[in-house]
Amino acid sequence: MEIVRSQRKTSDSAAAAPTISLYRSAPNIEVRLDDFELFAIDRLRVLKGISDGLSRGKKPEEMEKLVSELWRTNMRLQEQSETMEKDVISHFVLRLVYCRTFFVFSEDQRKWFLSMETALFRYRFRFESPDSQNVKDKLNQVARSIGQPVVNADAIFFKVPFEEVAELVSNRRVFLFKGYAYVAMNQVVSLVATQFRSLLSKALVLTNRKWTSTIREQEKDRLTPIVEALSTSYLGPDYSQAKEFGEVSLKDIEQLANSSFPLCMRHLFEKLREEHHLKHGGRMQLGLFLKVGSERFDKEYAYSIRHNYGKEGKRTDYTPYSCQKIISSTPGVGDHHGCPYRHFSEENLRAALGKMGVGGRTMDDVMDKVRNRHYQLACTLTFESIHASSCDAGINHPNQYFTDSQKVLKTKVTIFKLLDI
Amino acid sequence: MLIDGHEPVQQQVSTIPKGFNPDHLKVYYGKLFPHADIFKWMSYGNDGKHPGCDLSYFGRREFSFTLENDIYLRFQSFNSATELEHAIREKCPFKIDIGPVYSVDPAKRHAYAQGGDNVFTPMERELIFDIDMSDYDDVRYCCSGADVCLDCWPLMTVAIKVMDRALRDDFGFDHILWVYSGRRGVHCWVCDRRARRLTNEQRAAVADYFRVYKGSENNAKKVSLTGPVLHPFLARSYTDVLEVFFEKKLLCGQQLFSTQEKYEKILAIIPDESTAAELHDRWQGNRRSSIPKGDPNIVRWEQLKHTLQSGKHKGQGLRRCIEEIVFSYTYPRLDMEVSKHMNHLLKAPFCVHPKTGRVCVPIDPDHCEDFDPTAVPALSEVSSLKTVET
Repeated sequence: MEIVRSQRKTSDSAAAAPTISLYRSAPNIEVRLDDFELFAIDRLRVLKGISDGLSRGKKPEEMEKLVSELWRTNMRLQEQSETMEKDVISHFVLRLVYCRTFFVFSEDQRKWFLSMETALFRYRFRFESPDSQNVKDKLNQVARSIGQPVVNADAIFFKVPFEEVAELVSNRRVFLFKGYAYVAMNQVVSLVATQFRSLLSKALVLTNRKWTSTIREQEKDRLTPIVEALSTSYLGPDYSQAKEFGEVSLKDIEQLANSSFPLCMRHLFEKLREEHHLKHGGRMQLGLFLKVGSERFDKEYAYSIRHNYGKEGKRTDYTPYSCQKIISSTPGVGDHHGCPYRHFSEENLRAALGKMGVGGRTMDDVMDKVRNRHYQLACTLTFESIHASSCDAGINHPNQYFTDSQKVLKTKVTIFKLLDI
Repeated sequence: MLIDGHEPVQQQVSTIPKGFNPDHLKVYYGKLFPHADIFKWMSYGNDGKHPGCDLSYFGRREFSFTLENDIYLRFQSFNSATELEHAIREKCPFKIDIGPVYSVDPAKRHAYAQGGDNVFTPMERELIFDIDMSDYDDVRYCCSGADVCLDCWPLMTVAIKVMDRALRDDFGFDHILWVYSGRRGVHCWVCDRRARRLTNEQRAAVADYFRVYKGSENNAKKVSLTGPVLHPFLARSYTDVLEVFFEKKLLCGQQLFSTQEKYEKILAIIPDESTAAELHDRWQGNRRSSIPKGDPNIVRWEQLKHTLQSGKHKGQGLRRCIEEIVFSYTYPRLDMEVSKHMNHLLKAPFCVHPKTGRVCVPIDPDHCEDFDPTAVPALSEVSSLKTVET
């Protein structure tokens, strides 16, 4: 196993265990069956925490604090060596869980794991990296020792092929010249994180192959049930199979759109009716959410809908988009998809919310959440206001919004019936 | 203008039904379509004549044909120039799309799937870009949707200039082909070996590098430039291409400040409401007394710039706003999804657009301002010309 070790050897013991693994190979250690599962759940808590933090639009500093906190509460054990072991074990167990993507999970969930592990790695790398002042001092020292003028820390950079720092290229955080990226010292974490991600991505494919060919069968009485249970244990319900409310007809949809669609879907549905057309992003977002073959939809977007069902094209059953995915989408010209709380201008959002019947104080509260980039909380407030009912879990998925809304409305109907209203 | 000179010729030709005609297409594929050149290009030297070449290379490339009545034939593959030519001449596709080079022959993908281990996956693909004029509908007033004219086409010229320069200077690519898409836009094929081997993530990164325009239909402010200075790429694009184009061409060409509706759209980009209101009042109450001489578009743009740069509004945000306006109106708008994935299909060069009948001809990026989409040869012209000659 390769360890990235920080330079900081001395200093206080509180900052001890300055080690991050790249998890190049699985450890050859014995693991108690309990730990196998518990460690994995603890790590999932960390990843889920990071995922929630990112989807709430937390700033980098806030994220750093959050990750450090998550790591401390869930992963830190008494001994440094124990923590390291737990880190490695839990990582490899989750690899088993998430490598199986192609069968039980949607591709999205493997991506989710990949992204969250990389994010975790990135933050940990940052904690463990020597700060730039330190490097600057050392480099100045080196410079002076060989009789060169003192270098400014800002002037340190690395020259790498741009492919190696894709992430920095996408944010234009490097200078590009003739196919090379010039990377400032303080951006170096991206170099390593990219490497980490690509190694992990490849490893997941290999693990998956091994899992299906041998491990699953060999371990069918011991590890297989645990691994399979883990895949559903923490991420909430899997909406790719949701059929709770059965087939819905076009007529019903109009009514349901008004009563139980979250704003993002309501907006798409309205635009579809107005313009009889949606661009790809919108078709996917709405089509996967609906998962119903209403006639009109079927006729106009036969391919698209059947594609979404997995009947055509790659024949995979696509999972409806989660809030996180919708929030992070990037609608362009002519697009109506995305999260209205994030992608609408304030004026348009106010108008849209007004149409849903949100007003007064609630409107201000919602806009306040939006300004602080808590889009899911803004949606939750909207839900609570419209349904006059609390939603403690918060809104994490458009289909959850729908299901919860239906639950509330059905209860109300029952109560009305009981009271004979 | 040049078009006037062409008119008599066009009238002669117009005795033949203009646009698209399957019979003409047959003639075109039979006599003019550059089958051999396409094969040579797509082989990238893997043609059996060079030592160490990969003979299976061309045969693993996906071609997709669209036949009459929207019948799609996907995953077609061919092992030689002759096979390719025969298939095209026989099927006479209305549209030919080119996909990636896969790990195995795409036509036999099911057979390989039986074996288990041989994963059918894209291995190589040109880095492609698709720029479509219909994405510019909010900044052009001459046409909309699928229509283009010589007033709005320069937006494409600007896109080519900005992109071509960055692909060469920033990314170090050399083998770049620009093609007219046949109706309302341009396609770009970056063919360097390095470009063909980019992963999806790396493609997305390149596309994002170019991404400035983020507007959806529900937000007035489409471009948001942050930071105290622009990234070198954006700064260069701005000073070398966009600014001049905006002021010298687009401003008057599209009459950007001529009506209240038009200038209100620009004022909506200014974050400071009082500044926007001040300009709005000035232009609305533009009585004779205060009208300076000259084209109102130029005058108002100068006023806007002056107001935003003046000492009164020193906020850096307002100064940046001038750049944001220029970027909103001129910066290339890419169809991001096309560039991000290896397995996206793109129409082959030299196809004939089924709606306009125009041939998808290459555009020389060094002389892209000379390109005139209304003068591109149409199927009816080229096929008949050639028959006459032979």
